Amino acid sequence: MTLPLLIEQTLNGIQLGVMLFLMSAGLTLVFGIMNLINLAHGSLYMLGAFVAASVASLTGYFVVGAIVAVIVTAAAGALLEVALLRRFYRRTHLDQVLVTFGLILVFNEGARQIWGGVPLRFSLPAGLDGSVHLWSGLDYPAFRLVILGVGLVVGLLLYAVIMRTRIGMWVRAGASNRTMAAAMGVNVEMIFIGVFAAGAALAGLAGLMAGPILAVQVGMGEPVLILCLVVTVIGGIGSINGALVAALAIGLIDTFGRVLLSPALGSMAIFVAMAAILAWRPKGLFPVHG
Amino acid sequence: MAKSPLIRDWLPIMLILAVFAAVPSVAQAMGQPFAIKVASRILVFAIAAVGLNLVLGFGGMVSLLHAGLFGVGGYVVGISSYHEFNGEALMLGPVAWGGSGNLLITLPLAALTSAAVASLMGVVSLRTSGSYFIMITLAFNQMLFYLAVSLDRYGGEDGLQMLGTLNLAGFDPSKRLVYFYAALSVLAVVLIFSQRLIGSRFGMVLRATAQNERRVKALGIPPIRYKLAAVAISGAICGLAGGLLAGGTQFISPADMSWVRSGDLIVMCVLGGLGTVWGPVLGAACFLLLELGLSGLTNAWQLPFGLIVIGMAVYLNGGLVGLLRRVRAA
Amino acid sequence: MTVLLETRNLVRRFGGLVATGDVSLTVLAGETHALIGPNGAGKTTLISQLQGELMPSSGSIWFKGADITALPSHRRAQIGLARSFQITSVLPDFTALENVRLAAQARQGHSFRFWAQIAQDRALNDEARGILVRVGLEAMTSVPASVLSHGERRQLELAMAMAMRPALLLLDEPMAGMGKMDGAKMTRLLAELKSDYAMLLVEHDMEAVFALADRLSVLVQGRLIATGTPADIRANADVQAAYLGHH
Repeated sequence: MTLPLLIEQTLNGIQLGVMLFLMSAGLTLVFGIMNLINLAHGSLYMLGAFVAASVASLTGYFVVGAIVAVIVTAAAGALLEVALLRRFYRRTHLDQVLVTFGLILVFNEGARQIWGGVPLRFSLPAGLDGSVHLWSGLDYPAFRLVILGVGLVVGLLLYAVIMRTRIGMWVRAGASNRTMAAAMGVNVEMIFIGVFAAGAALAGLAGLMAGPILAVQVGMGEPVLILCLVVTVIGGIGSINGALVAALAIGLIDTFGRVLLSPALGSMAIFVAMAAILAWRPKGLFPVHG
Repeated sequence: MAKSPLIRDWLPIMLILAVFAAVPSVAQAMGQPFAIKVASRILVFAIAAVGLNLVLGFGGMVSLLHAGLFGVGGYVVGISSYHEFNGEALMLGPVAWGGSGNLLITLPLAALTSAAVASLMGVVSLRTSGSYFIMITLAFNQMLFYLAVSLDRYGGEDGLQMLGTLNLAGFDPSKRLVYFYAALSVLAVVLIFSQRLIGSRFGMVLRATAQNERRVKALGIPPIRYKLAAVAISGAICGLAGGLLAGGTQFISPADMSWVRSGDLIVMCVLGGLGTVWGPVLGAACFLLLELGLSGLTNAWQLPFGLIVIGMAVYLNGGLVGLLRRVRAA
Repeated sequence: MTVLLETRNLVRRFGGLVATGDVSLTVLAGETHALIGPNGAGKTTLISQLQGELMPSSGSIWFKGADITALPSHRRAQIGLARSFQITSVLPDFTALENVRLAAQARQGHSFRFWAQIAQDRALNDEARGILVRVGLEAMTSVPASVLSHGERRQLELAMAMAMRPALLLLDEPMAGMGKMDGAKMTRLLAELKSDYAMLLVEHDMEAVFALADRLSVLVQGRLIATGTPADIRANADVQAAYLGHH
């Protein structure tokens, strides 16, 4: 592997990792605080991509599409929490798997009805469809750099909010100790809705950014969902630190696995890595719940 | 007072088997031979669901791995037939094997292989519990899925079409009736075995573990070994079902082992009720007939289907068993 | 009298908190030994270490002359340590009979038997039924544990421990949450069992404790402050100051 290729793939891996972190953050907090397995998290990612693609093509502005998509997914997340999923916090895991599995079917079929079964064209925003010369022999797509940048900024912001603010403190307290989450009293309901909406918005953001480089199509959420579950499990349920470390690791392993082995074997490499880590630490790298 | 186990457990099993046994003659009398095909498909998935339910309903483990195990069984049958047809030996380490199209050999092999894979993955995933367990089994399922995709020689993503002829104790399993009765016999064996199993010492420990693992440990029983054995047994049954599917359709593909299929199997179990051995048979029948009915009405059948699943989760708190318990408590 | 169970300088910390501080305790063969102390003294923590659910931070546990500190809980149960839980821990979906039968089954070695129906194992069922009679639950044999009353579940819990035919019963507040009637019934039952089992009894009901115990140990803030006969303990000034005085 040549040096430019190595750098290029490393950038790709970090970029994937950053996107996985955006998605996993919501997933792991919902897991940690509400003790809810949300298999439908990938559907919000898909929703973000579809909404952004259609609004962008309607208005001609990528940014408008992006903003609308984030708002729509946040609202969808809040709506899901209020209307359906909050009843499931105290249910069995089996019920949670069932209801979110049903949601996936509904979301996928709904998207198929609205946007059709063929992948949607989602063109890159003007000015970002070119490449940037980074190194001799290395031209890197500008849009991917933007993803990397946005992902890093949002990721850092998220990290700062959770680690440095009062709201973040409540959220962390909730993730590590559910009794304490309950003891937060009047705030708890709003915090739950807020965490859900924010998680959904982040998933939507990841989806809309992935849209132009992957295909915007029905079922696009599930492969990413599974990567995020792996990230969550490896990082430790409820741990933001863990999600960050695991997301970057999975992004790099997946990217290099695909290049060095084959796409299918590369995908397997992630699961082998996960199995190895869990055989060693069954509660993930940064266990939050004792 | 509880009803006698003869009526509570064995009568439904005998009834179910009798109803299935009547399907071919009724279908032929009504001029609907297609119904036999549908019934065969129901039988195959019923076997898989009964297998899953040993772990899910009786062991209390929510596994999303079972479509993968189902697929492993299918690929064992497919790959064995591929090698026999092409005349290339299959190298298993130092051992060369010419392959086989004889289902009496390859179906047991399918069950054994799936059990082995299930045990291997069980050892890792049973170190965890609860939500970790669910996610790990899901991830392992995808690992098996991608493994199948990576098998370029055996069709990769497109799946493996079996060109050789298969035989089952001298019969041709591609014949509709042969296949139907083969699947029915397997279901009968699986139901009888499972019913005995849950009433055995092993079954008591498994069911106890699902209720209160800590208590079981305090009684001097190491729960993990029993859970692992249950995962292996249910893996064997799913592998058998997968092998049957492949043997009947002469085709197996990664699509048969996607994690969504695992979700389907769980829905079948819940639909039919987790508390009995035979419930999942009804669940599989409901599921596949619903799928058939809805897809005949609308091409957007997944929408009403998803809503049904959501409704089931909302209202059948803890499945049909939970519903029954609430009714009893009220 | 021979020593059945012994802890040597047992310490368990949770972070900075010392839940068990240098506890050296002996339970003699055949004796009923009560462990008392105010709430939060670390009694359940100590029981959990004896049974193997919690590992001590340091120190050792000896049972029948062997060091069992590193033994997992199911192995300890196999060699004769049976625990009843403070918060009732029965199998809710099983009937009373099935609960006790499982405990008896566990005693008979591994359960990798897949075919023979346990409902047809007459010896085992009779044994379980006999124990249910002994604890006074014969009327509840085929009732699911989830619908038993609190007092009945405590009796069932005890029956399960008895079915293990243990060398030592670890009873963690067997009368917790019971009314006066049920409590008196349980005291009578334990008094009957005294001659058959060695017991380590954690209990708040002082009347019951002084009626049942051969010896008592007093635990305060994780430390053992006194051990002796009921008369010794009653007379002990430290105990009075630290504990009995509050009642």
